[in-house]
Amino acid sequence: MTKAELPGLTIEELQRLLRAREVTAREVLEALHERIEAIDPQIDAYLSRDLDAALDAADEADVNLSLGGIPLAIKDIISVAGQTCTCGSKILHNYRALFDATVVSRLKAAGAITFGRTNLDEFAMGSSTENSSVKPTRNPWDQARIPGGSSGGSAAAVASDMAIASLGTDTGGSIRQPAALCGVVGLKPSYGRVSRYGLVAFASSLDQVGPLTKTVRDAALLLQVMAGVDPNDSTSLDAPLPDYMANLETEVRGLRLGLPKEYLVEGIAPEVRTAIDAAVAHFDSLGSEIVEVSLPHTSYAIDTYYIIATAEASANLARFDGVRYGYRAENPRDLLDLYGRTRAEGFGPEVKRRIILGTYVLSSGYYDAYYLRAQKVRTLIRQDFARAFEKVDALIAPATPEPAFRLGERSADPLRMYLADIFTNAANLAGICAISIPCGFAKTPEGSELPIGLQVMGKALDEARILQIAHAYEQSTEWHRRRPPL
Amino acid sequence: MASSDLDVAYVARLARLDLTPEETALFQAQLAQVLEHVSRLREVNVEGVDPAAHVFPLFDVLREDEPRPGLTQEEALRNAPRTARDLFIVPKVIE
Repeated sequence: MTKAELPGLTIEELQRLLRAREVTAREVLEALHERIEAIDPQIDAYLSRDLDAALDAADEADVNLSLGGIPLAIKDIISVAGQTCTCGSKILHNYRALFDATVVSRLKAAGAITFGRTNLDEFAMGSSTENSSVKPTRNPWDQARIPGGSSGGSAAAVASDMAIASLGTDTGGSIRQPAALCGVVGLKPSYGRVSRYGLVAFASSLDQVGPLTKTVRDAALLLQVMAGVDPNDSTSLDAPLPDYMANLETEVRGLRLGLPKEYLVEGIAPEVRTAIDAAVAHFDSLGSEIVEVSLPHTSYAIDTYYIIATAEASANLARFDGVRYGYRAENPRDLLDLYGRTRAEGFGPEVKRRIILGTYVLSSGYYDAYYLRAQKVRTLIRQDFARAFEKVDALIAPATPEPAFRLGERSADPLRMYLADIFTNAANLAGICAISIPCGFAKTPEGSELPIGLQVMGKALDEARILQIAHAYEQSTEWHRRRPPL
Repeated sequence: MASSDLDVAYVARLARLDLTPEETALFQAQLAQVLEHVSRLREVNVEGVDPAAHVFPLFDVLREDEPRPGLTQEEALRNAPRTARDLFIVPKVIE
């Protein structure tokens, strides 16, 4: 094993080398640092890195802990004490977190080292990482294309071996969609499974933190550490925590997998359709029973999502007013001028658009027609899933309707950008868990190859089941072994 | 639910967000499209359906009212753009 090969390893592979004393945590970090220096100028996955602090932590690392000495890249919207947490926004450009998010303190307690802050759409609002106020991130498979979003930096870093694994957040698909478009594993836990304490809030009833990894086993390893009730997040659930790794090897023969017919509709790219059909046939060959199911309100998920998410965002982002932290407009005339100009100068266009939409759907005279109605449709979407899970153990579907699109292609058309999330929004509205894993490639006219993601959705708190299904698929296919030509 | 009801300039004032005339016009056009799409929700029969503010039933979570470590005053002020005498500074509010 040469040092240059270390960044390409999985968490599990690194654990073995670290515990056998064949490499040190310091050597792993140095190798990652060199890889990032060489590759990231082409990709722009990272916003910042504190190598010295990480090396200090590496020298202290206890490799016998479950994640001892393993470096993790963190989306720049999750608090790590002493580090910046810009949310990809000018309004928090100089903000430094005062405490660790619960997920971060748990990962640190398990021996992990946080190394590098990854790029994102501003406040996690976007599907392409083009809404970062700093720079867009590029897809490692084709640098003319977007990596997905909003956790685009986290996905691109893992896909290009600039990270062993990373953390992202998923409000409407922001882990699964970039994972699919970059060809890595991305898990959105059930709402309440993982604490949100220390995550800068976008839409509080939808947000979840989750891992992006090279294998399903690595995702299970990270979830095991991250999950569980937290007194600092009253929405975290005090539910039994299974041993995810132990459950992975259970075979999928005899499981009933639902294929929701509303996810295989017109408008889906032919390559995606082909890949999903092949995945369905593959599960059939593994002995799973494929059952067609219906989630009748699927097509309304996108509309419901953009009402509820923007409503919650407009309230959550009211805290950015130029007084307690972040950017502040110069020479305000009075308090209203301070608020209005700080926010005008500090927020980017997509965030402003969503604040306007969210404020509107909550405003007097429109609340019932938009927000209340969306909450009722949310109930119907939840009921769709509840009915489906009476018949099947999990659902399989595409993660996205098409592979990665070109940079700039949709920037001027917010509605078309929103439609990139049509297959991922519903899981957040219903609070269920879902994972995206690589399941094929599409060839572009320019000759590049773009990853396609298979989404496995499970009922709330049934992460063990979707990890088991995803693992069975991964172990019997080769897609996850491919690396972008960099 | 007519999308033409959206008055971006008015809503921006509610949101304490100063928009330029160009932004106002752009958002007016873009959000009209989004609201047009969203108006599909009118097709859904929601009679007798309870709204879901949250995916799980939420309960009040109570704990003993005991002092716990929190931010010090210095820490709480550390990220503030303007402070003086250990306070946040805002423009004069009361004449």
